[in-house]
Amino acid sequence: MAKKGVEVMVGLFVLLGLVGLVFIALKAANLSSFSSGDTYTVMARFDNIGGLKSRAPVRSAGVLVGRVTSISLDPKTFQGVVKLAIERSFQFPKDSSAKILTSGLLGDQYVGLEAGYEEDVLAPGGTIKQTQSAVVLENLIGQFLFNKAADSGSSAGQGEKK
Amino acid sequence: MNWLAALGVRSLAVLYRWGHAAIFFITLLRAVPASLRRIGPVITQIHAIGNRSLLIILASGLAVGFVLALQMYYALVTYGAVESLGLIVNLSLVRELGPVVTALLFAGRAGTSLTAEIGLMKAGEQIAAMELMAIDPRVRVLAPRFIGGIVSLPLLTILFSAIGILGAWVVAVGLIGVDAGNFWSIQQNGVDVWRDLGNGVVKSAVFGVICTAVALYQGYETEATPEGVAYATTRTVVISSLAVLGMDFILTAMMFSTP
Repeated sequence: MAKKGVEVMVGLFVLLGLVGLVFIALKAANLSSFSSGDTYTVMARFDNIGGLKSRAPVRSAGVLVGRVTSISLDPKTFQGVVKLAIERSFQFPKDSSAKILTSGLLGDQYVGLEAGYEEDVLAPGGTIKQTQSAVVLENLIGQFLFNKAADSGSSAGQGEKK
Repeated sequence: MNWLAALGVRSLAVLYRWGHAAIFFITLLRAVPASLRRIGPVITQIHAIGNRSLLIILASGLAVGFVLALQMYYALVTYGAVESLGLIVNLSLVRELGPVVTALLFAGRAGTSLTAEIGLMKAGEQIAAMELMAIDPRVRVLAPRFIGGIVSLPLLTILFSAIGILGAWVVAVGLIGVDAGNFWSIQQNGVDVWRDLGNGVVKSAVFGVICTAVALYQGYETEATPEGVAYATTRTVVISSLAVLGMDFILTAMMFSTP
C-alpha cells in the first residue's frame, strides 16, 4: 500500500485536473448551452445551404432557439435537407420561414427563423415550407457583371441609333 | 560492394529494433491488468510522474498564456479584432499547444526520470533479481509506471490549458483592457467541447502512451553502464519529441480536417 500522504496528493492532483476540465468546459467552451433535452426536430429544404455546418445555431429575432443537427442531400429533388432541433418552449407557426444568414460580415452561417401568422404550430417532424437559400458570392458577382453588361449594351445601342 | 552489405546490415538492425520495441509494447500492455490488482505501486507512480511535474507544467502554462495573449494582441490590433483574443488563445491552447507542449515537457522531465530509474535498476541487477524470484518485472515495475504516465499526461494537459487561459485572461482583461464579459462569451460561442476540448484530451492520451512507452523501453534496453544510461535518457527525449510531433500532425489531420 502506498503511504497515506502520497495517496492524498494523488487524489488532489486528479481532483485538480477534473476541476480544470470542468472549468474549461463550462467557462471557455459551449457546454453550458443546452445539449439534448427538450427539443423537437423539424426539417427545412434549401436550394443551397452555403457554408452551413452541423451544430450551427438556429436563431429567431437573433435569439438562440435551437441547433442544426444534420445536413443531407435529397437524392430525388437534389435539395439540401437540414434537420433543426428547436427547444420545446418555442413553438413556431406552420408558415414560418427559414433563411440562411451570416452573422456579421465574414462570420459563420446560421439559420434564421421568422414566425408566420397561422394559428397551427409546426409539429415535431414537420417541414418548414418557405425557405431562402444562402447567398452565394459567385452568383452575386455573376448577376452584377451581367447587369453591368446589359446596361452598357443598352446605352451603346442607344448611342448608335443616334 | 561492401557498402551494399553495410546498408543491408543497418536496415536489418533498424527493423530488429522496431520489432523488439513492438514486442516490448505488447508485453507491457499484457502486464497492465495484472498490475492493476495492486493499486499501491500505481498510485505511487502517479505521484512520482504526475504530481512532481505539476510545478513545471503550471509555470509553463502560465507563461505560455501570458505570451500568447500579448503576441496575439499585437497581431489582432491591426485588424481591430482584439475582441477575439480570448478565442484565439483558447483554441491554440486546447487544440494544439496544450497537448504538444505538455507532452514535450513531460518527455523531458518525467520521461528522462523514468528512463534513468529503469536503466539504473537494470544496471544494479534489480530486474534480474526479480526475475530470479519469479516476480514479473513488467507487472511489478514497468506497468505501474506505464499506467501512471497515461493517467498523468491528460490531467497535466488540461491543467496546462486551463492555467494558460487564465494567464491570457490576466493579460487581456487586466493589462490590455479587453471587455471581461466578451472575453468569456466569445470563447463559449466559438469553442466546441467535443470537437476541440475532447480532441485535445484524446491527443494527450495518445501522447501519454507514446512518451511513457518510449521512456520505459529505452530504460529497459539500455546498456548496464553509466554511459549507457546517459545515452538512453537523451534517446528518450529525442524519440519521444519526434514521435509526439509526428503523431500530432497525423492526429490533427484526422480530427480537424472537415467540419
